[in-house]
Amino acid sequence: MLDQVTQNNEDNQVDEFEITVPSPPELMKRRAKSHLGLILGGSVVLLALIIAIFSPFLAPFDPYDQDLTRRLIQPIWHPTGTWEHPFGTDALGRDYLSRIMFGSQVSLMIGFFAAAISAIVGSTIGMIGGYFGGRTDNVVMYLINVKLALPGLLVALSLVSVFGGSIVALILILSFLFWDRYAVVTRSLTQQIRVNDYITAAQALGASRTRIILGEVLPNLMNQIIVIASLEMAVAIIIEAALSFLGLGIQPPTPSWGLLVSEGRSFMFFKPYLIVLPGLAIFFLVISINMMGDGIRDITAPEGRN
Amino acid sequence: MLRFLLHRLYISILVAVTVSIISFSLLRLSGDLAAELAGEDATEKEIALIAHQYGLDRALYIQYFDWAGNAITGDLGRSLFTNEPVSEMILERLGVTVKLAIYSIVLGLLMAIPIGVLAAIRPNTWVDRFALGLAVFGQAIPNFFFALLMIILFGVQLRWLPISGNASFAHFIMPTLTLGTSVMPQFMRLTRTGMLDVLDSDFIRTARAKGLHPMRVLFKHALRNAILPIVSLMAVVLGFLLGGTVIIESIFALNGVGFLAFESIMRQDFPVVQSIVFLASIAYIFLTLFSDLINAQLDPRIRLG
Repeated sequence: MLDQVTQNNEDNQVDEFEITVPSPPELMKRRAKSHLGLILGGSVVLLALIIAIFSPFLAPFDPYDQDLTRRLIQPIWHPTGTWEHPFGTDALGRDYLSRIMFGSQVSLMIGFFAAAISAIVGSTIGMIGGYFGGRTDNVVMYLINVKLALPGLLVALSLVSVFGGSIVALILILSFLFWDRYAVVTRSLTQQIRVNDYITAAQALGASRTRIILGEVLPNLMNQIIVIASLEMAVAIIIEAALSFLGLGIQPPTPSWGLLVSEGRSFMFFKPYLIVLPGLAIFFLVISINMMGDGIRDITAPEGRN
Repeated sequence: MLRFLLHRLYISILVAVTVSIISFSLLRLSGDLAAELAGEDATEKEIALIAHQYGLDRALYIQYFDWAGNAITGDLGRSLFTNEPVSEMILERLGVTVKLAIYSIVLGLLMAIPIGVLAAIRPNTWVDRFALGLAVFGQAIPNFFFALLMIILFGVQLRWLPISGNASFAHFIMPTLTLGTSVMPQFMRLTRTGMLDVLDSDFIRTARAKGLHPMRVLFKHALRNAILPIVSLMAVVLGFLLGGTVIIESIFALNGVGFLAFESIMRQDFPVVQSIVFLASIAYIFLTLFSDLINAQLDPRIRLG
């Protein structure tokens, strides 16, 4: 910080006593460091990411390895629990800790790619509508209205029943569900940005429309898009879990948290840990992603808080 | 106003037609429906017979016009599974879903508005943080997980509430709590933001300067203005709940439209599925149209802008 200040002063040869204002990135860094939600949420998301990537090495057992002699062993906090299976075992004798660890792969992968693909699709539609206006914008508004009118969960369930519950199918179906919020936000922001002088300048310089949208408009929307993406990622994770819970998402034996809750349901009165542990895993991941998203919004676009 | 109304109506009809096409084609994407209906061991002759029986051998657009034409007169076809008229099946179960949706919205508002108002009066205090925490919790907990936890606690451990069916009001308590909690955050955030905006405005300062009772300023002047966007959100949430109570209805075995949709999707009963998707969309279109008109009536900036 000090170095920067002195250097600035040398470069510009300004009075040493001028009050230096920290640069926007510097301000953002400062806000990030003191934002408890961002730090807490970010750490949990990072932890989940590490577990997801390294679960083949970290998990104590193979999550698919059945051992019917070791069915429904209680978790460690139960008097009969052992450290060998800290989260107990499921109805087929599979180590529950390992299954939950591997389950993070499904949730994070589906959440991330669904949010990313819908971000690309939705922002493109929104920017086109906002930039061109007129007839094009009418078409965009019409698409958004159609999307909003459709009952999302029912459409997702029907599509999954047709296309099956593979991870790729789920990612594509969920992306189809979530593009509208990006489109709504980027459209109205692009309308505001379009009238700025730097856009007129770019037009006067003869920049192509694609170039203006990608080079001048998009960078100004990035913060907002990232914030929406983090919130939509959380929603996508919940919907994937719900679909798998209903038996129409990820198919057994792949460990998905929603599927684990659904499999544990028949035992839930006597072995509540079978639904509580995966349920809490979803809850903590989603709450951390939300906290991280709110944090990113607070530091990059504090005016957007509501 | 008339121009605004006509334009809005025109868009709604356009959207409704598109939605009808989409709901019609949803389950038909699977390709050969007749083969699936006939079962795995069916011969080609049997498949052709079934295709002919259900009219599936006709061109797709003819099937669509046939269905859409009948749908306008209220005939949504018959279920492939029970052979009952689809419209009757839906009507029979609509009551349960509408009840559940309205109870949930009322509960959501009862939680959201007082807490949202308190949070806006005292921003950045512990009240505000508590409200934010509650909203974050309501957003993050998966519906089905919350429902199962309540079943374990209130249904099995304490034995206070019935866990399945829709015979009495008591059957609706846990489903309402689940859905109420999940719709509460949006209402609360909107109440808080709306109140913060309004409380900051000039007319509130004037009202206070006139020496009006603070409570009167709060409820008569501020909340009235902050509540406008909540009316629009109510329409959206009601539309969403009419098509989105699938999970909760199937967990609590509430015999509503959501449960019917789920069962029908599982057995590829496409006349039922396409009708429910279509009707849920139409309900949403009507509700938002209605709330837009109310807002336009109340706020001239919308109808002239």
